[in-house]
Amino acid sequence: MISIKGVSKWYGDFQVLRNCSAEIGKGEVVVICGPSGSGKSTLIKTINGLEAFQEGELVVDGTSLNKRGIDLAKLRSRVGMVFQHFELFPHLNVLRNLTISQCRVLGRGRKEAEENALKLLGMVGLEAYCRKFPAQLSGGQQQRVAIARALSMDPVAMLFDEPTSALDPEMIKEVLDVMVDLAKNGMTMVVVTHEMGFAKQVADRVIFMDHGSILEDKPKEEFFGSSGSERCQQFLSKILAH
Amino acid sequence: MLAAGLDWSIFLQPSFDQSGNYLTFLLTGLKWTIYLSVTAWVIAFVFGSFVGLLRTLPNSLCVALAAAYVELFRNIPLLVQLFIWYFVFPEIIPVLGTWFKQSVNPLLQQFIAATLCLGFFTSARIAEQVRSGIEAIPKGQRLAGLALGFTLLQTYNLVILPVAYRIIIPTLTSEFLNVVKNSAVASTIGLIELSRQSQQLGEFTSHWYESFIAVTLLYGAINLTVMVLSRYLERFSRLSGYIGGRH
Amino acid sequence: MFEFDWSSIPGALPYLAEGMVRTLQITFIAVLIGIALGTVLATLRLSKSRFLSGVAAAYVTIFRSIPLVMVLLWFYLLVPQLISRIFNRPNLDIRVLASFVAFSAFEASYYAEIIRAGIQSIPKGQFAAGNALGMSGFQTMRLVILPQAFRRMIPLLLTQAVILFQDTSLVYVIGLQDFFGVAYNVGNRDGTLVELLLFAGAVYFVVCFAASNLARYLQKRLAS
Repeated sequence: MISIKGVSKWYGDFQVLRNCSAEIGKGEVVVICGPSGSGKSTLIKTINGLEAFQEGELVVDGTSLNKRGIDLAKLRSRVGMVFQHFELFPHLNVLRNLTISQCRVLGRGRKEAEENALKLLGMVGLEAYCRKFPAQLSGGQQQRVAIARALSMDPVAMLFDEPTSALDPEMIKEVLDVMVDLAKNGMTMVVVTHEMGFAKQVADRVIFMDHGSILEDKPKEEFFGSSGSERCQQFLSKILAH
Repeated sequence: MLAAGLDWSIFLQPSFDQSGNYLTFLLTGLKWTIYLSVTAWVIAFVFGSFVGLLRTLPNSLCVALAAAYVELFRNIPLLVQLFIWYFVFPEIIPVLGTWFKQSVNPLLQQFIAATLCLGFFTSARIAEQVRSGIEAIPKGQRLAGLALGFTLLQTYNLVILPVAYRIIIPTLTSEFLNVVKNSAVASTIGLIELSRQSQQLGEFTSHWYESFIAVTLLYGAINLTVMVLSRYLERFSRLSGYIGGRH
Repeated sequence: MFEFDWSSIPGALPYLAEGMVRTLQITFIAVLIGIALGTVLATLRLSKSRFLSGVAAAYVTIFRSIPLVMVLLWFYLLVPQLISRIFNRPNLDIRVLASFVAFSAFEASYYAEIIRAGIQSIPKGQFAAGNALGMSGFQTMRLVILPQAFRRMIPLLLTQAVILFQDTSLVYVIGLQDFFGVAYNVGNRDGTLVELLLFAGAVYFVVCFAASNLARYLQKRLAS
């Protein structure tokens, strides 16, 4: 589904990604973790072309991001993304947040888009909030709406960029629950997160990054076993102590 | 000076140009001030939005061109710009300039030059405001729009601009007030807007104080009206619970 | 095609320089008096007395709602009356004095708002600290708040000075010969108005562009 081969990226002289490679199959759930500044957010944003890269190859659902002039918008419409700060559109109500891209990008009729939106809002438990504006919702509710918005495009894969790190602790669970359901339903997911509980519960593989490199890429049982690198063990003990 | 007393009946006397009395004479000026301000503001809004938007695009040529535009209009006095529009362009632009000088009636010539001048002058200021409005919006909003499959144009239209314009409504209305005030400069090329009429009224009747007081009050009234309207506009367009850039 | 004739500019340079001196004279006087009066207005505006703050607010609102052209015309009308009462010196150029007064009074209202924002940007704790050291409110303002506020405001004050420098060209409406007035007259006299206007525009641009960049540079240095 997603194939990353030797991807490197520089900001000027500063290298943010170093020769990163990973394969993510259909229906797989992969968690990426690592200290802040390790390049994990940048890596996940290269997958849907929000961040350009200078070296390497990236193929998403049969579309190569290396080719010049590929239809990035079309690719992005098939890959859902959930952001740290939700990024709902403040001037549109919840329902419109979910229908606008269906109508404007996929060309769906308003009625069809609304039916689909209400179904997804029901799935994240927020059907009753469809006429509210984003600023009237709690952080957890906003993030659930954001997940529903990404799903409204019927994506083939979902990218999560630290979906719970801007949330108050009591709201994290409601968002993770939605993500766990998604994972169990067979969605292909790439999740940048520090929530190791989530990783243990549903991840197939865990990737550990530091200083722009992928240091570990292992099935979760192995990863949470004791065989990892020193740097990774340090990181894990810090997170778990936290 | 004022001890002589003010004679307000002057406004009921027939004006020197036989068009009516001096009250209607001033109101003609008011009319042209409003025409001029509104058309100039529309030009400024259109071009300013375009240039401000260019300055936020991920393309260094667009950014440089837009920056040059802003610097050009911001660093030359309005009066000099007006004289260039009125005296210089009709001379140096072939064909169109000649036609403009020979076939357009003088009042319209003054009006067109003043409108274009004020419009472009103000567009540079509006460009800066549009740019700061766009830049006030969290970068993630742009990414979220793109991630949903919107093109860059759609992202601007559907996501960024609706919020950016809401943020800058107060500055856009105060910019309109600036246009009204700046429109008085058009009196120097003879356009019969409010301040020109007040000068003529003074010259022909020597009732300078009555004239200046009346016109100053009229400018004040325009200010007040626009401020009240903008209050309503702000309330109408406010996003509940959304303050500034972050939510 | 229009043929440019720049020949009348070199000979007119001494006059143009005289005009520029007048332009700078008005600018500097208005900046100095405008900042002084603006500081007073800003402090009054922030004072606890409702009356004083109301007076300052009224002054600022009135001047900011009238076109500069009208302000100039007003003072051109008022100043001679005042002068004849106070000085009784008929040889004084009324237009110069009127422009000094008009620009100073007008700029004060703009500087007052900049300075007010500058004072308000200083943390409240600084007032408390001044008071705790036994300073009076006036002393705290003069010795603690204003020095900090002005440091922060320098770029904005300079930007406003650039705007003022451009606005002085409006003395044209009271017939005063500043840089622009001289350029216009020379152009009219020699039939080279097009060239002189473009030349004047270029000169203003160079001066203002340099000064705005200086303001931007100062802004960056202060921010870091």
